[in-house]
Amino acid sequence: MQRRIVLKRLALSAALAAAGLTATVPVHAADTIKVGVLHSLSGTMAISETVLKDVTLMAIDEINAKGGVLGKKLEPVVVDPASNWPLFAEKARQLLTQDKVAVVFGCWTSVSRKSVLPVFEELNGLLFYPVQYEGEELSKNVFYTGAAPNQQAIPAVEYLMSKEGGGAKRWVLLGTDYVYPRTTNKILRAFLKSKGVADKDIDEKYTPFGHADYQTIVADIKKFAAGGKTAVVSTINGDSNVPFYKELGNQGLKATDVPVVAFSVGEEELRGVDTKPLVGHLAAWNYFMSLKNPANDAFKKQWADYAKAKKLPGADKPLTNDPMEAAYVGIHMWKQAVEKAKSTDVDKVIVAMAGQKFNAPDGFEIKMDEKNHHLWKPVFIGEVQANGQFNVVWKTKGPVRAQPWSQYIEGNDKKKDEPEKK
Amino acid sequence: MPTMPTLAATVRRTLTIAAVALAAALAPGVACPAPKLPSALVSDLALGENDARVSAIGALAATGSEAALDLLQALQDGEVQTAGDTVLRVRNGRATDAVTGEAVVPLPPSRDDVVPNNRVRRELAAAIAALKLASPDRATRLAAAQALQSGADEEMLPAIERALAGEQDPAIKALLTLTRATVQLGSPDRAKRIAAIRALADSRDANTRMLLLPLVEKKGAEFAEPDSDLRAEAELSLRAIEGRLATGEMVGRIFSGVSLGSVLLLAALGLAITYGLMGVINMAHGELMMIGAYATYVVQNLFRSQLPGAFDWYLVAAVPAAFAAAALVGMALERSVIRFLYGRPLETLLATWGISLILIQSMRTLFGAQNVQVENPAWMSGGIHLFSNLVLPWNRIVIIGFAAAVVVSIAALLTRTRLGLFVRGVTQNRPMASCLGVPTGRVDTYAFGLGSGIAGLAGCALSQIGNVGPDLGQSYIVDSFMVVVLGGVGQLAGTVYAAMGLGIVNKFLEAWSGAVLAKIAVLVFIIVFIQKRPQGLFALKGRMADG
Repeated sequence: MQRRIVLKRLALSAALAAAGLTATVPVHAADTIKVGVLHSLSGTMAISETVLKDVTLMAIDEINAKGGVLGKKLEPVVVDPASNWPLFAEKARQLLTQDKVAVVFGCWTSVSRKSVLPVFEELNGLLFYPVQYEGEELSKNVFYTGAAPNQQAIPAVEYLMSKEGGGAKRWVLLGTDYVYPRTTNKILRAFLKSKGVADKDIDEKYTPFGHADYQTIVADIKKFAAGGKTAVVSTINGDSNVPFYKELGNQGLKATDVPVVAFSVGEEELRGVDTKPLVGHLAAWNYFMSLKNPANDAFKKQWADYAKAKKLPGADKPLTNDPMEAAYVGIHMWKQAVEKAKSTDVDKVIVAMAGQKFNAPDGFEIKMDEKNHHLWKPVFIGEVQANGQFNVVWKTKGPVRAQPWSQYIEGNDKKKDEPEKK
Repeated sequence: MPTMPTLAATVRRTLTIAAVALAAALAPGVACPAPKLPSALVSDLALGENDARVSAIGALAATGSEAALDLLQALQDGEVQTAGDTVLRVRNGRATDAVTGEAVVPLPPSRDDVVPNNRVRRELAAAIAALKLASPDRATRLAAAQALQSGADEEMLPAIERALAGEQDPAIKALLTLTRATVQLGSPDRAKRIAAIRALADSRDANTRMLLLPLVEKKGAEFAEPDSDLRAEAELSLRAIEGRLATGEMVGRIFSGVSLGSVLLLAALGLAITYGLMGVINMAHGELMMIGAYATYVVQNLFRSQLPGAFDWYLVAAVPAAFAAAALVGMALERSVIRFLYGRPLETLLATWGISLILIQSMRTLFGAQNVQVENPAWMSGGIHLFSNLVLPWNRIVIIGFAAAVVVSIAALLTRTRLGLFVRGVTQNRPMASCLGVPTGRVDTYAFGLGSGIAGLAGCALSQIGNVGPDLGQSYIVDSFMVVVLGGVGQLAGTVYAAMGLGIVNKFLEAWSGAVLAKIAVLVFIIVFIQKRPQGLFALKGRMADG
């Protein structure tokens, strides 16, 4: 009996709150907008994803401090999918059905994105994905704020072919054995062939997840490099980069002889490495912490202050990186789209997202493409410096449009450059 | 850009000058004056586009002056900065004007670093090498001659000849002769070519092979090189070089196998005691390694903040610290959890697995989810240059030595000391040992602490070659069990053989089939092996085996 009364009271107060009659309640479910944060805070991916959770929370704090969205505060709902791919789908379903979040910011690995995708499509949710990836995907329910292959991998290879980049003739494509490196290398191989590189001049190699002993690989690279000017394209993921770079340094493979360009190595990954022997190795991204522009200065300061205030680990040496910037841009664009749509309704927001612009820390006013749900992004190629930062040695003149369907994969020419409408 | 000077051209020009400078340096009493550097060149070097920088490097090197070498060296070391249009050399917070060499006081407040890219760095290295050929110091000249080995061309020949004529040192002479030979390979004079090919047989450089190969290759039905004598000589030289390269490769393979083996051995040694001798399935073994690695990290940070002068020797303090930290945690575990579970393997497995999760998460809370940076001390960076295609990295060599030292001391501890006797006694026959007055409970704690401490040592070693993060132990736990089971439970020697065997087999397979397949093949091999021989490589014999 008593329980029923309590329930009734709860329902009543909820109804009152919804009607906006209870002005005395400070922060109540109905005058906030819930947003989901779906990043691994434990397990192998915690290394990379924890900072994305933090930067998302920072952006939410910033938006709330300026009055929120549509007059309402944002209320983050943080869940931990623990680097466990099926758990990503479970947590996504929980966010959408139980917490009824308006939008989810999350995922890092392609396999986690692939596992939540059916959930978002089924429940018509909205996901902002902040990491560079292999392309070959376009969903109505996802906005991709990281780079597609033509915004990262291909410009990097073109640079290494140029005189400035060393004029590489032979290529080692080295990666961790999963979908992102395999697809990227497939695209790169086709691209290299179109540039007249013979198959014998391409060496494709894979290592298992968490591989820690790169002696043989580095020795093989040396051997291969004796056959002509060689460059290494590395899609090694996360942790394994540290032993790989340590081995490169110790075996004396210098960047001036065999440059290594990496697509998953940023400031955060180099945190655990002594970078002095690695000076000159390259990374291709759409943002570097070392970029000099007012938006980036503000972003770096905001992050450093936030890290210090929240006593985040590593706050003594606050670092920003590309996926953090992409996550930051994503949440701000979503806010702008909601304000334009005057609603958090997913379909209305998707329409309003087209053509949104934002002054990003990469120094450009970047735009969400009108059709293909990807950001226009500038491309930067940086060389590792002794202090663990990157010195930009090449950049595009302005933001480049993303091509999620790479022209270098067969059959893609027939695919439409916008999501199928349901 | 048709007038872009190539690397070779730069080197050629600088070499000519260098030879002159060398001659000057050899003449006693003639001091090289250090004139002012041309300011246009200096500002090109610091402020220009890369093309301008490259030609400025060439022109600066051509001046042959000490000041030019000094400035180029400063650029290479990242000591050149600009403040507006002024180019500064900044060292230890003191700036001098790069053109005049005068001190600039006070330091201009806003300065930009001049950061060369790979192309400029390559040119820099060549120019510096060429300038250094004139150095009076033998080691400097030797390094310079080595740096010049790649990237010579025909027009450099007179300069090399001149440097050769002035050079007395046989090692440097040999290097320069080789460089000359690579150039003369394309000479129109047949005798010179043959001599060059013969000289190249002594080369230790893998790139030389690429120079000789075209001489013996077929183009269609015809040989690319019509002269058959030349071809024969090239074949001979090629065979000599290839033999040397193959030796290097084989030594490298074995070395990397032994190195992997030593890592596996360190990881498995502690387990050989806790699991092998005591029979505790300790799933938290990897986490004890992780604790050792974090202890190393903490010691490193202490050294950095308290004793920066002795930073290079922080490992000496980190080794006992890692041992102590892991041993203490291990003993606490044994006292609080594991001793209640002796003889119940399944419960032990589950409990220690739970403990491993707790340890991982507490490290994550304490130090953060990100990997922490453990720097190699300077003496552990780099390596020994054994062959042209083989460098043995110092950190690997040190770890192999360290693993050997740990094995020897464990063996000594177990066989030569009273504690070792007790441990062996208790693990072989607990009731009997107890009857004879051995405090079995305490010995268990010590033995477990010892095994844990060794795991900590392994963590300390691993911090020098890999990641230090909360998940460090996870990637080694399977490997450790693999080694102990393969070696035969309860056998220290078996563990050593198994670790080395797995390391070397893995490395040879990897070279042949790639890393992914090698890992799978090793796992399959162990499954089959254990099926056929469940007791492992070395089995305990007699009544002991039943206990």
